Amino acid sequence: MSAWPNAAGSTLAPEPGDAQPTTAPEVATVDTRRIGVLALQGAFARHVEALARCGCDAVEVRTAEQLENCDALVLPGGESTTMSMLLERSGLRQPLAARLGQGLPVFGTCAGMILLAESISDGRPDQEPFRAIDIDVRRNGYGRQVDSFEADINVAGLDDGPFRAVFIRAPVVTRVGPSVDVLAEVDDDPVLCRMGSITVASFHPELTDDDRLHRLFLQSL
Amino acid sequence: MAQTGSENTSSRADGTVRVKRGLAEMLKGGVIMDVVTPEQAKVAEDAGATAVMALERVPADIRKDGGVARMSDPEMIEGIKEAVTIPVMAKARIGHFVEAQILQALGVDYIDESEVLTPADETHHIDKFAFTVPFVCGATNLGEALRRISEGACMIRSKGEAGTGNVVEAVRHLRSIVGDIRKITQSDEAELFQWAKTLQAPLPLIQEIAETGKLQVPLFCAGGLATPADAALAMQLGAEAVFVGSGIFKSDDPAPRAKAIVEATTNYQDAEILAKVSRGLGAPMTGIDMDDVDVRLAERGW
Repeated sequence: MSAWPNAAGSTLAPEPGDAQPTTAPEVATVDTRRIGVLALQGAFARHVEALARCGCDAVEVRTAEQLENCDALVLPGGESTTMSMLLERSGLRQPLAARLGQGLPVFGTCAGMILLAESISDGRPDQEPFRAIDIDVRRNGYGRQVDSFEADINVAGLDDGPFRAVFIRAPVVTRVGPSVDVLAEVDDDPVLCRMGSITVASFHPELTDDDRLHRLFLQSL
Repeated sequence: MAQTGSENTSSRADGTVRVKRGLAEMLKGGVIMDVVTPEQAKVAEDAGATAVMALERVPADIRKDGGVARMSDPEMIEGIKEAVTIPVMAKARIGHFVEAQILQALGVDYIDESEVLTPADETHHIDKFAFTVPFVCGATNLGEALRRISEGACMIRSKGEAGTGNVVEAVRHLRSIVGDIRKITQSDEAELFQWAKTLQAPLPLIQEIAETGKLQVPLFCAGGLATPADAALAMQLGAEAVFVGSGIFKSDDPAPRAKAIVEATTNYQDAEILAKVSRGLGAPMTGIDMDDVDVRLAERGW
């Protein structure tokens, strides 16, 4: 969702009889799978933009009805405490937990990783994770904002060069279960993990123009 | 398959523009609340605030008490940092780069170079590129916003008129900023030079807006918000998150009001949810009409 539509990108739907566009559309094949982005708080709009660049028309999810229609979901970065509270109050927690139990593919970044973990340390005592991936995390494990950083990481499965990863008050993965694949590390700490249909990153792929991780997630569906 | 391996440590960088603007991205769609004690900070966090602004007096009291308003006591900021797990912001006076240095040394997560405090320099703002910690600055119009961005601000908020409980000035500032962005996207190359002159803002930033249709950094709303409807109004006008200062802890019953404003900010387009969360919140802060305001805080900044 862009608050200010770009002058170049017309928002008018074509009417019958309108001239057909002479140039080919930027994206040749349109992805018909419905990818949701949890939009209670945080960097959800950046994920929607990244998915759009991958040819995927993602929808913002704020209600259980919107979740129902999704084939896969992105849990964005933001404040995990705020999201936990809003998950309760929007009535989304139970339906989301149920969908996770049925194998809903999810990509969680930063706060999203925290919400999907098995256990959280340095969180709020009432913060209940979904326990969808067998890792433990420590909130703000890298420190405060002045300790936030970006770095090149090598990702298993991405052969065309390192990925610039942006860490914002990021969680540290303190334990990885035996069924979890670690796809990237920083200083021996796992920063990108996958278990079955769940992929989590402690950094923010939505903050760069590099869409390779979003594409990887879409390919895995 | 590429080898999984540790990153090349030489590639590691902190305090980059992307890292500093990144935290503002994470605060989008949320509510940042002014707090003066660790107890209030807990109430704010419990209510779902994405961050708290630690200060000694809320703007309504600064307005009432008069005198010089300065950076808060480090001890008080430390107390609030210990009380909550969410980001903690603090205010420095306009141009007071030493207060900013102290706040960075304290490890606050964002500095607000704020017109709510008494300005320390009537010509210069802080060189915000010189810091690892990111800055938010107030603006009443697009020119002011772009001057702050050119000095290194990583988030812009409307100034509104802090401590009044009156949203009219925040609306004026948001409409001015968002309206001019819309007009710039319709301008031709020659008109962009004129925009730069009129707004007294760097031409490259104007050209960038003409291209993207967006401000370079997240745009939040602050100044006079007191109700869930105020927060939703700001969001519908194009703000990407809201600051609520005196509006929460100067109301009759802060905790439910804080929660309601958080829910209203998430569901700002859903009038049914807005109607539900606006019920039974007790009296909001009284508020002041603009004709009765003695000191216009929004006029501070250059």
